[in-house]
Amino acid sequence: MNALQFTETSIEDGIGYIFLNRPKQLNALNRQMVSEIVSSMEAFDRDSEVKVILLTGNGKAFSAGADIDEMVNDNPISMELTNQFADWDRMGLVKKPVIGAVKSFVFGGGFELALSCDFLIAASDTQFSFPEVTLGVMPGAGGTQRLTKLVGKTKALEWILTAERINAKTALQYGFINKIVAPELLMEETVDFARKIAKQPPLAVRMIKESVNKAVDYSLYEGMQYERKNFYILFASEDQKEGMKAFVEKRKPNFTGE
Amino acid sequence: MYETITYRVENGVAWLTLNRPDKLNAFTSQMNREIQKAIKTSASSDEVRAIIITGEGRAFCSGQDLSEVDEDVNLGQMLREDYSPMMQQIASCEKPIIAAVNGVAAGAGFSLALACDFRLVSEKASFLNAFVNIGLIPDSGNLYYLSRIVGHAKALELSVFGEKVPAAEAKNMGLATKVISVEEWNEQVKAFAENIASKPTKAIGLIKRYLEASYHLSLEEYLKEEAEGQRIAGLTIDYSEGVTAFAEKRKAQFIGK
Repeated sequence: MNALQFTETSIEDGIGYIFLNRPKQLNALNRQMVSEIVSSMEAFDRDSEVKVILLTGNGKAFSAGADIDEMVNDNPISMELTNQFADWDRMGLVKKPVIGAVKSFVFGGGFELALSCDFLIAASDTQFSFPEVTLGVMPGAGGTQRLTKLVGKTKALEWILTAERINAKTALQYGFINKIVAPELLMEETVDFARKIAKQPPLAVRMIKESVNKAVDYSLYEGMQYERKNFYILFASEDQKEGMKAFVEKRKPNFTGE
Repeated sequence: MYETITYRVENGVAWLTLNRPDKLNAFTSQMNREIQKAIKTSASSDEVRAIIITGEGRAFCSGQDLSEVDEDVNLGQMLREDYSPMMQQIASCEKPIIAAVNGVAAGAGFSLALACDFRLVSEKASFLNAFVNIGLIPDSGNLYYLSRIVGHAKALELSVFGEKVPAAEAKNMGLATKVISVEEWNEQVKAFAENIASKPTKAIGLIKRYLEASYHLSLEEYLKEEAEGQRIAGLTIDYSEGVTAFAEKRKAQFIGK
């Protein structure tokens, strides 16, 4: 892996950590930073030591949005050729669960990054917003699609058109975050949650994530077929044999991830 | 930096003094904004461990400056733009806020005092829920706080009759933390604030946070949050100091962290 400039990573107890690290700019996302995030996620995805990925920001805020300076002089052709959003597509292909720990400002591209996570644990002071419309543009890294799929058209359209700030309580109510915690305990609680997921048999976790994600895009019938295939596949795993044997023997299973 | 208030920090206490004495410290939108800014500054300053809001001259605050209001003013909009952000800033501040009510607190001035955590009241001060006398309802969080402090029936009474509540009566209904004589005013207000500023500030902030949370939660949810709160308090330096001092039978020296 190349030296990381705008992020920091580490591995501890089966958790692969990615920290956005431009705290002075409230972790405004630039292209290099997104590319680092994706590369780290992919590296963690291939690393058998890592069971879950935890994404958060250093400093006060998770991310106040995209680095506008970088975009001021863009034109359609330059953007087509740079094809920066391809990085975001790769993020969607990560197989291991990604848990986001968010706090304070989660705006614009930062909000899209949060919505790319599988789980979000939010500090009680978190505010989400898509302010793009106030700059004469719109979300471009999946915001209009992911938010709409999560909360439905009614609120998604309202929030993206008004640029209104959404507090943590409202986010929980609309189901796009998993849990609200006191700001002081954000990391502690998120790590607790990550450990729970990290303890589950990894192959089952993988197949479950994949199947649930299919439910968002597939018809019910196709989704059911997909689920079934994944269910069958798990019967080729050692963990399935161990899990069911332990259940019968009334003991705790010892999963190996094989 | 400030024009309608003065702001200074001394011995861990931020003194925020409303400074339009010739207008009995009536609110203008500039003053709303300056109070909001001063509270924000105090909340984030490590040096500050208690905040006093008081008034220059003979009044605490007489409420909205009516010369700024004419028939065309949309009062709802005025609250949304000027008062609500100020009240939210006060409510979100986790440091102890003391209203040193040196004189009359009327209308939104009464509301400002209610939003504080403690009310030190001069014997010559009084409270007045004046809104109804011009056909309006108590605003700036007034009914929200008042009913919690004095109870529903008394809050309704004070709001509907709009009569003056002298200091002694305020004390009887739990509105005043303490009534202080004119002679001892400066000294006692200072002592009260500096005493609070020497306490474990983070724990006080958490007490405020979870007391407020209790109004919006079921017992089950509250107990969950309470455990989080105690976990946070248990991580503070002041907690270790408190426990150590207790074991060593000496007075704890809290630093507010």
